[in-house]
Amino acid sequence: MKRTTARTTTPAPRLLIALAALALAFLLLPLIGLLLETPWAQLPALLTTTTATEALRLSIITSLLAAAVATILGVPLAWVLARKEFTGQRLVRGIVLLPLVLPPVVGGVTLLTAFGRRGLVGQYLYDWFGIQLPFSTAGVVMAEAFVAMPFLVITVEGALRNIDTRYEQAARTLGASPRTVLFRITLPMISASLLAGIVLAWARALGEFGATITFAGNFPGVTQTLPLAVYSALEVSRDEAIALSLVLLAVSLTVLVSLRGRFLGSRS
Amino acid sequence: MSVTARVITRIGDFAIDAQLEARPGETVALLGPNGAGKSTMLKAIAGLVAIEDGCIRIDSAAVDEPASGTFIPPEHRRVGMVFQDYLLFPHMTVRQNIAFGRKPRKMPADKNNDDDTWIHALDLTDLLDRKPDQLSGGQAQRVALARALATNPRALLLDEPLAALDAATKQTVRGELRQFLQRFEHGSILVTHEPLDALVLADRIVVLEDGRVTQVGPTAEVASQPRTDYLAALLGVTLHRGLATDGVVACETGGTLIASTSITGSVIAVIRPQAISLHTHKPEGSARNVWRTTVTAVEAHHDQMRVTLAGPPQLTAAVTPAAVAELGIAPGQQIWASLKATDIAVHPA
Amino acid sequence: MRFPLLAALALSLALASCAPPTADNDDATTITVSAAASLTDAFTEIGEAFTEANPGIEVRFNFAGSSTLAEQINAGAPVDVFAAASSLSMDRARDALAEPTLFASNSLAIAAPAGNPAGIVSLADLQDPNVTFIVCAVQVPCGAATEALLERNGLEVTPSSLEPDVRAVLTKVIADEADAGIVYRTDTAAAGDQVEQIAIADEVNVINHYPIAATKAAPQAADAFVDFVLSESGQQILRTWEFASP
Repeated sequence: MKRTTARTTTPAPRLLIALAALALAFLLLPLIGLLLETPWAQLPALLTTTTATEALRLSIITSLLAAAVATILGVPLAWVLARKEFTGQRLVRGIVLLPLVLPPVVGGVTLLTAFGRRGLVGQYLYDWFGIQLPFSTAGVVMAEAFVAMPFLVITVEGALRNIDTRYEQAARTLGASPRTVLFRITLPMISASLLAGIVLAWARALGEFGATITFAGNFPGVTQTLPLAVYSALEVSRDEAIALSLVLLAVSLTVLVSLRGRFLGSRS
Repeated sequence: MSVTARVITRIGDFAIDAQLEARPGETVALLGPNGAGKSTMLKAIAGLVAIEDGCIRIDSAAVDEPASGTFIPPEHRRVGMVFQDYLLFPHMTVRQNIAFGRKPRKMPADKNNDDDTWIHALDLTDLLDRKPDQLSGGQAQRVALARALATNPRALLLDEPLAALDAATKQTVRGELRQFLQRFEHGSILVTHEPLDALVLADRIVVLEDGRVTQVGPTAEVASQPRTDYLAALLGVTLHRGLATDGVVACETGGTLIASTSITGSVIAVIRPQAISLHTHKPEGSARNVWRTTVTAVEAHHDQMRVTLAGPPQLTAAVTPAAVAELGIAPGQQIWASLKATDIAVHPA
Repeated sequence: MRFPLLAALALSLALASCAPPTADNDDATTITVSAAASLTDAFTEIGEAFTEANPGIEVRFNFAGSSTLAEQINAGAPVDVFAAASSLSMDRARDALAEPTLFASNSLAIAAPAGNPAGIVSLADLQDPNVTFIVCAVQVPCGAATEALLERNGLEVTPSSLEPDVRAVLTKVIADEADAGIVYRTDTAAAGDQVEQIAIADEVNVINHYPIAATKAAPQAADAFVDFVLSESGQQILRTWEFASP
């Protein structure tokens, strides 16, 4: 049946909205399922067990440290990518973003090849200094930082590309050294995006599982972060697993909502 | 205190080879069309761009000399710069902006270069706690100036200082800036494409066209004796090159002009449009140049009318709108024009 | 233009979610066997032998920690046979299973990386704080057995990691990421030259009894598989992999 132009434009938005609603349902239903199965009455008891508190404490400490590592190393990297022109730049950027697409377990395996006891660098750490990164809390921080850093780098690189570099030039004519320019002009001007990047990296670090269990192992109090505790609990007590999952979800959701979409990396 | 710059460099396909100098207390205007390389020269002096050859000296010490491998980065040159868009740091207040230059340099607290001096001198006391986006154009310009001066620079560079202002503010700020620059004890270089800015603010003008200096001289001289078409057009006069013998200039484009000059050889004749009178009949009088011609165009120009006359040499007359109406001047019309010999400024080419 | 694309998408989704053919189809039956990680090598061989003896029946294996497998069955995974490393794990999924039968037993051993760089000779060596050793998580049969073993021998030790299944322990030991790991005897046998086995004497060891059962909803082919495992052929294969009799 032939339709006039005016009428053919209307169906599209309806289909769009229907698909959007479907997408939202797809994402919401697991959350709702979780909330419905949560043993609300036992929640306090489940969350105050040693396993739970240790896992939560470890998760928070390691994720914060991982976010710090990602920031301290990621900001300079983002700066170089945004400001310097060099051959192989696209390849470097691809490598930097690799942890975003790699399955986390693969990430863990690659970390072992580099930092394990027989690893490229790890062997010297072990043979010369007796430092063993796998099975240590430091190993957890490394695994988490590995997967979290790309988020920070993309966000900050995007922000750096968007600010007007002439402000930095103006600062230099006023006597500011490149270091002063960075800390008093560049970073403050991208502060909103920088913060968004850090928070995003932290949230990612908090939720990391595959790389952690493969590289750092699983031991309560040392390397058993909240996601690992959930996995272990799943085999024994579904209720405990659900309770711990709820904690993770609550923390992540709070963080992401507070970001208000800033981590998309464009406007500060 | 003084700046000497010989800049030889290349940006893409564009090459610059120019020299300029600003002595203590002197304001030099770098005048030229857009794309002439003026901003590049200024940035080279500030150290934001490195030159390929030549030498830039501040107080006789080289800050950029490729031949000897000398390059002093901008933060150590102590040259203050005011940018076209002011570039006030948006995340800082006016007070913080002005104080910015002080901290990194760790200068001894000196009464003469105290931030406060400039804050008072430029009347910024009431604006100190505002953010740049809360300032008007004129206010922002003063803050930018104070910020550059608070570092006690050895020279001041201004990049199109009035370009970002609206017409009304330009007038006032131009006047204030003139007074300030006259009192400024160091050399200053200002870049502009507006002839009025150069004429009002500068002691000397350096004309830069296509990367080359085409004319240098005291303001008055350059203004009355332009040597290039660009400058002539800018100043609203017409230029005619030719060969002068016995007071008669044979123009390159054809035709002759009778001028009262003893100069012989290659010359440039400068004629102000206002000096040409138009008549419906052949005039009788002292004017030595009288000729019959056709009107090719009539245009309004500010509050005057510009009447282009067929040559050679092609001349433009400036008359009042009333005259145009009275004489019924229109394109295609035959008309008589007269020009006094004494109204033609002739100088050697 | 849009309709054909949507139709194709819908069709492929439908095809992908189709259930595998049931036993009603006599031409090709596939049965899914969930087996403890420690049975990986032995059961793979048993599977091949079974298919050879029973052409037309294909066997698909799913190896993981027994407790994980039990949870999967409870959650409704389409499994036909379950072979666990402990009755405890099997009991978790009891409701979905037919009567289980014991088919093998296993005991623990210490595995060290090839060359035994840390020079481990006995369980007591694990008490050395400089020794990095790993074990299975207590939720899996191997882990429970290890806990019992350490308790029986009066050892107060702290492992460096609790891995999700015994093969994960083995892999890390082979890679020399740990000085030692407590695994099943059969695992050290399966790893061959890649590890060095430090035997634990039977008197102080812990024995794990392996049960096998078909799920209640499983086809006949599943029972055939269980029977094969219990038969002389199956038992022979288990022995070559160093499993002991049930």
